[in-house]
Amino acid sequence: MEILVYLVPLALLLGGAGLAAFLWSLRSGQYDDLDGAAWRAIADDDPPPQEAPAEMAKARR
Amino acid sequence: MQVTRDFSHYVRAAGAGVQHIDLAVEGVHCAGCMAKIERGLSAIPDVTLARVNLTDKRVALEWKEGTLDPARFIDRLEELGYKAYPYETQSAEATEVAESRFLLRCLGVAAFATMNVMMLSIPVWSGNVSDMLPEQRDFFHWLSALIALPAAAYAGQPFFRAAWRALSNKTTNMDVPISIGVCLALGMSVVETINHAEHAYFDAAIMLLTFLLVGRFLDQNMRRRTRAVAGNLAALKAETAAKFVGPDEISQVPVAAIHPGDIVLLRPGERCAVDGSVIEGRSEIDQSLITGETLYVTAGQGTPIYAGSMNISGTLRVRVSADSEATLLAEITRLLDNALQARSRYMRLADRASRLYAPVVHATALITILGWVIAGATWRDAVVTGIAVLIITCPCALGLAIPTVQTVASGTMFKAGVLLNSGDAIERLAEADHVIFDKTGTLTLPDLEVTNADDIPSDVFELAGRLALSSHHPVAAAVAQAVGATSPILSAAEEAGQGVRAMVDGVELRLGRPSFCGAEALVADATRFDPEASIVAFSRGEEKFILSVRQGLRPDAQAVIAALKARNIGIEILSGDREPAVIAAAHALGIAEWRAGVTPADKIARIEELKRRGAKVLMVGDGMNDAPSLAAAHVSMSPISAAHLSQATADLVFLGRPLAPVVAAIDSARKALHLMRQNLWLAIGYNVLAVPVAISGVVTPLIAAAAMSGSSILVMLNSLRARSASREIV
Repeated sequence: MEILVYLVPLALLLGGAGLAAFLWSLRSGQYDDLDGAAWRAIADDDPPPQEAPAEMAKARR
Repeated sequence: MQVTRDFSHYVRAAGAGVQHIDLAVEGVHCAGCMAKIERGLSAIPDVTLARVNLTDKRVALEWKEGTLDPARFIDRLEELGYKAYPYETQSAEATEVAESRFLLRCLGVAAFATMNVMMLSIPVWSGNVSDMLPEQRDFFHWLSALIALPAAAYAGQPFFRAAWRALSNKTTNMDVPISIGVCLALGMSVVETINHAEHAYFDAAIMLLTFLLVGRFLDQNMRRRTRAVAGNLAALKAETAAKFVGPDEISQVPVAAIHPGDIVLLRPGERCAVDGSVIEGRSEIDQSLITGETLYVTAGQGTPIYAGSMNISGTLRVRVSADSEATLLAEITRLLDNALQARSRYMRLADRASRLYAPVVHATALITILGWVIAGATWRDAVVTGIAVLIITCPCALGLAIPTVQTVASGTMFKAGVLLNSGDAIERLAEADHVIFDKTGTLTLPDLEVTNADDIPSDVFELAGRLALSSHHPVAAAVAQAVGATSPILSAAEEAGQGVRAMVDGVELRLGRPSFCGAEALVADATRFDPEASIVAFSRGEEKFILSVRQGLRPDAQAVIAALKARNIGIEILSGDREPAVIAAAHALGIAEWRAGVTPADKIARIEELKRRGAKVLMVGDGMNDAPSLAAAHVSMSPISAAHLSQATADLVFLGRPLAPVVAAIDSARKALHLMRQNLWLAIGYNVLAVPVAISGVVTPLIAAAAMSGSSILVMLNSLRARSASREIV
């Protein structure tokens, strides 16, 4: 049963780390836009240049 | 005169050399829109941040200070196909957001504590039947206490605060038995742990808090979402006024940036966004949103003008006055205050339930203790059993019974186009058995339409529409819109107060007053047929035509009235408008009871009379004159086009042109109330089963935990039934 000396603090530490991570995610606004975040995950990071309206807008100017 | 748009009111500094603005955007609904907007805005040089919030339908923008004019973002979004307007966080919404975050933080703490305490409890439960040493059990109990006590102290705050507020007001609510239960369970567990006892209830107490916080958070989140939508709608109305910034220079500024004493310009066809009085100019104004009266009023120097009035013919200069300076407004405010005081006496279903529940539970616990003492048990054992009764009856399911249904029901109402302003509106709406409608703007639409378009040859009608494009007059605008005209007649000239005329192919066209077009002879006929309509005449050479323009009934008004009748709900019209106009609407809709020319005080008197007869009145109105009666009624509803004061007073606000949301809301409210009652019975039924077990003194923490989560899940699942599609409205 000496194993408890390691396991109990370890369990509490992991639990505490999880809670800290949750509080951090809450503070950094990760729950502010749940609908948008769901879509952002699958959005392309770098759109192909010919489709990018950003590029076209720059070219027009 | 030079006009500029000034949005500096909404811009705020965000760190060194960076400015920030929030825009509400209409029509953002998918990932594609999000990417399109963000790329489109980021392409503007010097923009440092463009981030869409898809949940709230807003864009946050940041740019280097002094490089860009915010108006440019709005133009850019318009190019991309989105209507946008700067958005200012209302204090009500800011509180909801803060509250929602706090609850989520509490929920996070409680959930993590529950998981960890459970991890410690399960070995104890299984160890009790195998070979766990008492020392190990005590150690695990102490560890549980270490986690559960601080977590409960933090996560229990929403309940403890509400319970304290209730107790200091000498009432009770559902939070009182919850707080007592949690505190006793934790306190007893500590005492038991000190005494090396076999059972401790840390897990049950913290799990109870977690379940209840889930319910609270969902409820709060729905409310926050509704507020966000309402805030966006308010922003997208883009209420601005043309303020004089120099003797001859005007700037289009948001209403929030206008102060008493400022002078604004009100052009024909504009809706006034401020309260004030006329200092220069003559015009006719449409005050139907204020008084319900559809006949135009003549305004000259000194005439008070209220926000929501539409300027019809001439240009006015208006000096903005401080609130409640105007007599009509002061009267309405006084009536409103009285009515609001009376309303706050309503007691929610949850509070009524807890008022019955708390004494019964606490008495049962006391009797259990005394009973065991009389039966020969030691005081300590008796108290432990008594507290076990409190823990197992602790209203976990009861605390969830109402908020979960409320959340699901407000979600369905939201989809049907109804926003909830107050939490207990669902319960009160479900009880409504008599509906009072205001006429102008409620049964009818706030905008004008041409009623006799079918009687006029289509080529003539089209020509009239094109000519109408050259006029600012709202009636002309309605004609142009009815035709769908897009190409104005270029040679058209407007004669102030008379109409417009143009020469096309050598024939003179005129649109305007009947006398301007020489069509007086036709007017008598038209007004006899429809006394409420505004008449506009059109002439092409010697041919004369009459167009009758009026506020049309909402497209589905007739069907909605029929649907309400089918539900055995009494219906009547109380309108501030003239009698002929009210009669016409009542006949068209088949409403037998109506009253015309009613003042705000009369409306309240009528509602009080119905109340005395035991009717629960739903008031549906939009005008500023309706605001006091909206507050006086048992429950109230406003269309989104309503005056500000009415919209803020109403319990529910519905969107769009159809009237159907009124019936949809009543239906889902009734269903929700039914489910709330069912949930309360489920919770009570569970208690009836569990209490004898607790009284007999055999409740172990395992039984308490299983019973508590079982009943909570049952109640939550039952609440989800509020989601299923309700029957067809009409």
